[in-house]
Amino acid sequence: MNLSRRGLLFNLGILFNAAVAAILALPIVRYLLSPIIRERKPDQDSWLALGTLDQFPAGQTRLATYRNPIANPSDGETANIPCWVRSLDGKKFQVFAINCAHLGCPVRWFPQSGLFMCPCHGGVYYSDGSRASGPPERGLFEYSYKVEQGKLLVKAGALPTPGSPSLTNISIRKSPCA
Amino acid sequence: MRVIKIVGDWLDQRLQLARPIEDVMEHPVPRQTASWAYVFGSAALTVFILQLVTGILLALLYVPSAAEAWNSLQILNHDVSLGWFIRALHGWGSNFMLAIVFIHMAQVFLFGAYKFPRELTWIVGVVLLLMTLGMAFTGQVLRFDQDAYWGLGIGASIASRVPILGPSIVNLMLGGPIIAGATLSRFFALHVFVIPGSLLAFIGVHLLLVLKLGINEWPMPGRLVRRATYLKEYHELTHRDGIPFVPGAITRDLFFSAIILLSIVLCALHFGPFGPSGQPDPTIIQTAPRPDYFFLWLYAVLSLLPPSMETPALLIGPAIILAILFALPFFSGEGEKSWRRRPIAVLTILLVAVGLGTFTNLAGKAPWSPIMDAWSGEPIPPQFLKGRTALQRQGALVFQAKQCHNCHSLAGVGGQRGPDLDQVAVRLTEDQLIRQVIQGGGNMPAYGKNLSPAETTALVSFLKTLIPAGQAPARDASRP
Repeated sequence: MNLSRRGLLFNLGILFNAAVAAILALPIVRYLLSPIIRERKPDQDSWLALGTLDQFPAGQTRLATYRNPIANPSDGETANIPCWVRSLDGKKFQVFAINCAHLGCPVRWFPQSGLFMCPCHGGVYYSDGSRASGPPERGLFEYSYKVEQGKLLVKAGALPTPGSPSLTNISIRKSPCA
Repeated sequence: MRVIKIVGDWLDQRLQLARPIEDVMEHPVPRQTASWAYVFGSAALTVFILQLVTGILLALLYVPSAAEAWNSLQILNHDVSLGWFIRALHGWGSNFMLAIVFIHMAQVFLFGAYKFPRELTWIVGVVLLLMTLGMAFTGQVLRFDQDAYWGLGIGASIASRVPILGPSIVNLMLGGPIIAGATLSRFFALHVFVIPGSLLAFIGVHLLLVLKLGINEWPMPGRLVRRATYLKEYHELTHRDGIPFVPGAITRDLFFSAIILLSIVLCALHFGPFGPSGQPDPTIIQTAPRPDYFFLWLYAVLSLLPPSMETPALLIGPAIILAILFALPFFSGEGEKSWRRRPIAVLTILLVAVGLGTFTNLAGKAPWSPIMDAWSGEPIPPQFLKGRTALQRQGALVFQAKQCHNCHSLAGVGGQRGPDLDQVAVRLTEDQLIRQVIQGGGNMPAYGKNLSPAETTALVSFLKTLIPAGQAPARDASRP
């Protein structure tokens, strides 16, 4: 190969810059990927108190809210997350995400007809969260819960979406008459 | 005047820009391009400049924080003199921008402008279209209200359906596990720095290409594009029969741009700014989120697709559309340019226009959404109650109390999710009515668990009265 001194230095200069660019790129990419870097994952889902048991009388479905476990002052009200608590008998519960399993709009509970209805694309669910009609492919998202010292706690911390890994274990109930 | 000339000469001795600018202004263009069909590109540029200026003005007061953004928009709307007007200009500018960009695209498509040698101009144009749509979506997010909050939830739900990578894409899009401060900040960065910066660069390339390759000539039926001869033919067209761009061809651009700007001003004055709607507090669930005008068609598509088709259509559909747009100049780079001899091109534009128009129109009515307060807010029209028995009226009460009215209309009042019930007794017998109410089906929930036998009896006796005068009720053919 016939390489002049000037050409070699030029190539070395390019190479040097490429190396520095790579050194710079690593922290930048890591910074950009910070929302999905694993170390932060464990604190995403925490046990959060929704209130005392007497706030959720047997046989009723009521709206409850919690403050998201990871929240900054700049989040304002967006870190207050609502959910539906269905009390079966005062001891057993179902806690549903507010988000429709279709595209995440807030579902509303109608106690008279025992249905959750979504205002966006018309998804409807029965009182146990199973799909009744409309575009959703599955029932409502359900949080795990536990009762401790007379308080109802749910495990939450991330926006439930059809692809959420923490939600894939929930059985997909089909409507009995679908 | 002399001072201006002295300063100008002094500057030009150093910048040496006068000559190149003159060359650009006076470059010859085909005579027939001085036409009202060629004004949309320059109008889009004009509106882009308006958006830059009004955007900077809004950024002087807007606070990109999830806790404060909504309040800062209220202050802009109500407390700052003419803040509402700047917001209205920016909002209406965005609507006009999208409309003009789409018309521009349809025009260059119909005029065959994407053919040789202007393939790259078309491709850069498609990128510009995507960025414009990106600006519209991110801009809707910055108006951080209820629609923006739940719109982000819809975006996240769509993104989450990507196989394997879905959850990571959601977290990257939201900047964390939920829609919150980090989400707004990154959409602010996109809307204010990333996309506008790229837009400026790509607009530069787009314009450079128009100058280097020349504006597309008016297509003549039968004058075919051939790679071997086109450049020579175009050169002859511009130099033998051409006119200088300034002042020959630019006059219509000037007038059209001014008309568009004036229309934006008038719309802003008359209709005012867009929102913000309710504050972005997810615990306020009494809301029916709607997308902005230009995404209404998507809202309709998402409602009407069968559930099993939705994920494939959402994930693969855009990729196919983009692939077609990018590949178009390569598989159709030569040949006929005139729309008069390209019926498929004309039909494509008509189909897209009719499709978008129909979906947008449907989404304006959203017949698939239950009307959430019809059961309590829309009384049953009196003609359905007059002269009815006590049991039938009790049934009407059940109809309201069990939210039937949210999905079923009577005399045009109420939801349209299910069929209207004005004539239901003509279609269904008593037994069929009972079964439909108890078991549901056909996209209706089963009410068996939530209706007592007495309520069912009352409801069905009311439904049996829903029959127009002179028509026979439905009859079970298996019975005498």
